[in-house]
Amino acid sequence: MLQIGQRWAEVYMKDHPAVTIQVTGGGSGTGIAALVNGTTQICQSSRPMKDEEKASVKQQRNAEVIEIPVAVDALAVYLNKQNSIDHMTMEQIRRIFQGEITNWKDVGGANANIVLYGRENNSGTYVFFKEHVLANGDFAERYQPLGGTAAVINAVVKDVNGIGYGGIGYATDLKAISVAKDAASGPVAPTMENALSKRYPLSRFLYWYTAGPPVGTIKDLVDWVLGPQGQNVVKDVGFYPLKDGAQSQ
Amino acid sequence: MRRKFRISKFGFRISDTALLSGVPQIRNPKSEIRNRIDWLGEFFISAVAFVAIAIIFLIFIYVAREAAPLAWRTIDGISIWSPFQPPYVWQPVGGVPKFNILSLIAGTFKVTLIAMLFATPLALAAALYTAEFAPPSLREWIKPAVEVLAGIPSVVVGFFVLIVLASWLQDAFSLQFRLNALSAGIGLAFAVIPLIYTVSEEALTSVPKLYREASLALGASKAQTAIRVVLPSASPGIFAALVLGFGRAIGETMIVLLASGNAATLSLSPFVPVRTLSATIASELGEVVFGGGHYRVLFLIGVILFIITSVINWMGSRYNRRLRQRLFGTA
Repeated sequence: MLQIGQRWAEVYMKDHPAVTIQVTGGGSGTGIAALVNGTTQICQSSRPMKDEEKASVKQQRNAEVIEIPVAVDALAVYLNKQNSIDHMTMEQIRRIFQGEITNWKDVGGANANIVLYGRENNSGTYVFFKEHVLANGDFAERYQPLGGTAAVINAVVKDVNGIGYGGIGYATDLKAISVAKDAASGPVAPTMENALSKRYPLSRFLYWYTAGPPVGTIKDLVDWVLGPQGQNVVKDVGFYPLKDGAQSQ
Repeated sequence: MRRKFRISKFGFRISDTALLSGVPQIRNPKSEIRNRIDWLGEFFISAVAFVAIAIIFLIFIYVAREAAPLAWRTIDGISIWSPFQPPYVWQPVGGVPKFNILSLIAGTFKVTLIAMLFATPLALAAALYTAEFAPPSLREWIKPAVEVLAGIPSVVVGFFVLIVLASWLQDAFSLQFRLNALSAGIGLAFAVIPLIYTVSEEALTSVPKLYREASLALGASKAQTAIRVVLPSASPGIFAALVLGFGRAIGETMIVLLASGNAATLSLSPFVPVRTLSATIASELGEVVFGGGHYRVLFLIGVILFIITSVINWMGSRYNRRLRQRLFGTA
């Protein structure tokens, strides 16, 4: 999420030369700690803040935490068009990518070995998938990391037994399967609407947090980020804007 | 290396040229100026040579300096020993990052060996053919053609393997993995063949004509002469060619990055994907936290790569000297 913060800062500062925004990375935990300590005015987080964290902000800063969803992040799981499978549970996807399931017949497909593709460990998509699907476990040894979503798609298109993951909007010559949160709930198709309504399990909001309602320059920045210009940056970086309206601009 | 062969091709040695330059000259003011210009030129050339060495040295210092803090403190829970400790997993990003580089080293050597297995026979056979058998008109064509091959950017070779060759290999051997050590190794061979070819062809042509004539006069056939006389006489040069090729293959990045599948596996099979040291640096350095543990480990990998190539080159030149001594009695 650091990327998107940096891009917002760059674009905003170009239009507002009087404002200086300093963006620091380190992960959501680092940002939340900085908000608690008062060393930052805005903290970005790719997960919702926990209640204890909100409580400690209130205690330290004497202000309510304001939660502002700024973008949507969602992943699709891709299969080759020839694969007969069209939905899986989160648990099945996890076991496949961790190497516990190695044959398609174990998830209802043909008797063939599964070939794993995905992103390199320098990508936010990789981190999201690892945290969200693998619960921070390791990928299987034979997981093949590739340089970009286009490369993942190319690999799965060429490989009948391949499986990969990437952004929702990219899937054209392959199949983006429906994903069920668990065995009890029904599979949900990977569409923008399902991602925005949070029914699709491989989606999440990206948040900004402030201690107390934003005022002055901070408020201008927040409004700008939620406006068409800020939401266009969201698209450029590869996340999803909050409203469909921002997409067409 | 190249200079030595050129000199022996023209039939005189460095010591001969030294004698020539020592021929007494008629003293006049013009020659005084000439001497001074000579001296200046010499100084300039040695300064340039020194700069080249200094640059290499400074690059090594820079790489080592970026890795060095690991030696005296733990950064983000990583010490200098972490890359060598179990578990044997390379997953540097995540909840519990794992930094073992054994699979990367194994992958690097696996791909390099496969590349050498493909490149060596092809390049040597081609060199022997052009040096000993090809008619001069054909030779005029083959040499530039191989030099053009050397000029192909490695990213183009990698892309070709990624899109075309990998599919052929998968269909031909019905492989589970489209991208694997074999596809990367063959791609790498394309990059190494011109180098081995050029250097060993030069070594073969620099074998004195006398050897061939003596062999033929004794009744040996052309093929016997080429294989039993010319090839062994050129062996120090050919060996140098192989060492250079090995060094080039081990550090080559773009081809393996595109064609190897990049999975950090520990396996002896040539048909599974591999991740190499160079490809790891290339794909991960762009997004790591500057100065963090992962960043330092990537520079440590750079140091290791540097050491591996230096040791191979050093051992190569040592063995080469010994070989020359045994064959010709000179170093």
